[in-house]
Amino acid sequence: MDVYLPIAGISVNALVIIALGGVVGLLTGMIGVGGGFLTTPILIFYGIPPAVAVASATTQITGTSVSGVLAHRRRRGVDYRMGSVIIAGGLVGALAGGGLFRLLQETGQIDTAIALLYVVLLGAIGLLMGKEAATALDIIKPRDGAAARKPRRHNPIIASLPMRWRFYQSGLYISPLAPLLLGFVGGMLTVLLGVGGGFIMVPAMIYLLGMSAQVVVGTSLLQILFVTAATTLIHATTTKSVDVVLAGLLLLGSVIGAQFGARLAQKAKPELLRMFLAIIILAVALRMAIGLGWRPDDIYTVQLL
Amino acid sequence: MNRAARALLLLAAVPFTLGAAKPRLVPDVSQSRIEIQYSFTGAELLLFGAILYPGGRVPDEAADIAVVVKGPVQPLVIREKQKVAGIWMNVDSARFRSAPAFYAVASSRPLAKLVDERMAAIYELGVQNLQLSPGSGLAPEVQRRFETGLIELMQRKQLYSENPTGVQITGGVLYRARIRIPARVPVGNYTAETFLIKDGRVLAGAVRDVRVEKLGFERFVARAADRWSLAYGLVAVGLSLFLGWAAGAFFQRR
Repeated sequence: MDVYLPIAGISVNALVIIALGGVVGLLTGMIGVGGGFLTTPILIFYGIPPAVAVASATTQITGTSVSGVLAHRRRRGVDYRMGSVIIAGGLVGALAGGGLFRLLQETGQIDTAIALLYVVLLGAIGLLMGKEAATALDIIKPRDGAAARKPRRHNPIIASLPMRWRFYQSGLYISPLAPLLLGFVGGMLTVLLGVGGGFIMVPAMIYLLGMSAQVVVGTSLLQILFVTAATTLIHATTTKSVDVVLAGLLLLGSVIGAQFGARLAQKAKPELLRMFLAIIILAVALRMAIGLGWRPDDIYTVQLL
Repeated sequence: MNRAARALLLLAAVPFTLGAAKPRLVPDVSQSRIEIQYSFTGAELLLFGAILYPGGRVPDEAADIAVVVKGPVQPLVIREKQKVAGIWMNVDSARFRSAPAFYAVASSRPLAKLVDERMAAIYELGVQNLQLSPGSGLAPEVQRRFETGLIELMQRKQLYSENPTGVQITGGVLYRARIRIPARVPVGNYTAETFLIKDGRVLAGAVRDVRVEKLGFERFVARAADRWSLAYGLVAVGLSLFLGWAAGAFFQRR
């Protein structure tokens, strides 16, 4: 079933796109990550222009994060105060990212920058997550030193920042500068990579900020919701590469996939899910790395002025 | 070369055709409008017509036909990847002020047998003869490298093509050629040119305009994204919020 995408300017098989959305949605529901890191590269492999892939994937993530936020809100799992600080940082980051995106586009380095960022970020996160999951599953033995040393809840650098605020639900008394900066980085990544940034934000919230675990996922989803919505607007007004038909098809698959994923998640072991996610992340990173090092089919690329 | 200059050039060919012993051309295209709709996977343009020989008799050495379909010209940058520290990245680039977005030529015999290089260059017959107007002051050989790169890239994308046997001539008088327009062509004004060629000379030429445009929903979306971009973005966000919420609400009730 071919459908013409009015902004991307090509025809795609609608069922393939819906299925892709479905798989990504399944992951979202099961593991709680936005899945943008999968959607964007796969859309690019499929032949969608990178700018359109990034922008439309962002729109899709907004949709998939809605039901997550609502579910966590019912469980009081969202720290709105922390959320607003991170979102404020995220909006500034998104604007800065938009400027950087245009600069990279003009100099022709956007594709390389996207691929490099993906390889570095996904590679690092995938390795960390895989190692952690493997330890939990008793596949590899933790080193004695690592097990003995209790992880410190408060990072000394973040604790030394001035102007502390109280975040009751996160159980924190820290300077808002740290989450603001974290939000900034997240917002920038959202614009550049078409990802929600959950796979960066969640570990950072736990290990750097030391937020209590009950509010981490909900707050991260809240941030993703707002920042991806803002990013869609930024892309719509600057790069004009949001394809509403493409986003709609992706959403159709992913919102349904997410619901099934949430059900599956209750039956599976979380360590297994994380192991599974780590393998997928590493596979995407590897594919990207090969793409960078391999001689491409087309040495030349054209950009219209 | 711009449109007006080409029209003049074709007009200049007319006096030849008025000569008593010269054959004439009656050309047409199957459609003057190509509509991009929801399941557009490309279109096929049929260029057809008749060659009128004086006295209605087909000579032993029949004339040949070449047809050219050309898209709107656009300025562009072409970038060349090189391996830097193990990574393939864009290093060099060149600008072209006016490269056609689409170019397809079909002829009844290979172009090299129909016209010499000079004529081919004048009428832009063949992908090697496109006038790309280089826009960056690069050395000629570098410029040439980028031109070749651009042409090869466009050929792989099926946006530039040459078909040396694409024109069929029936009974020496009726000709027809099919030109495939792929799905990824941009919208705009296209031209379908037909040339009657004999003994290395273009005896007659004719141009028909073909408009490629988005229609209905596709046009509305493309236009909204361009003109009312903020509202378009808000609608996109609204749509995703609604779909996400609706799916959640639906599955909760079950």
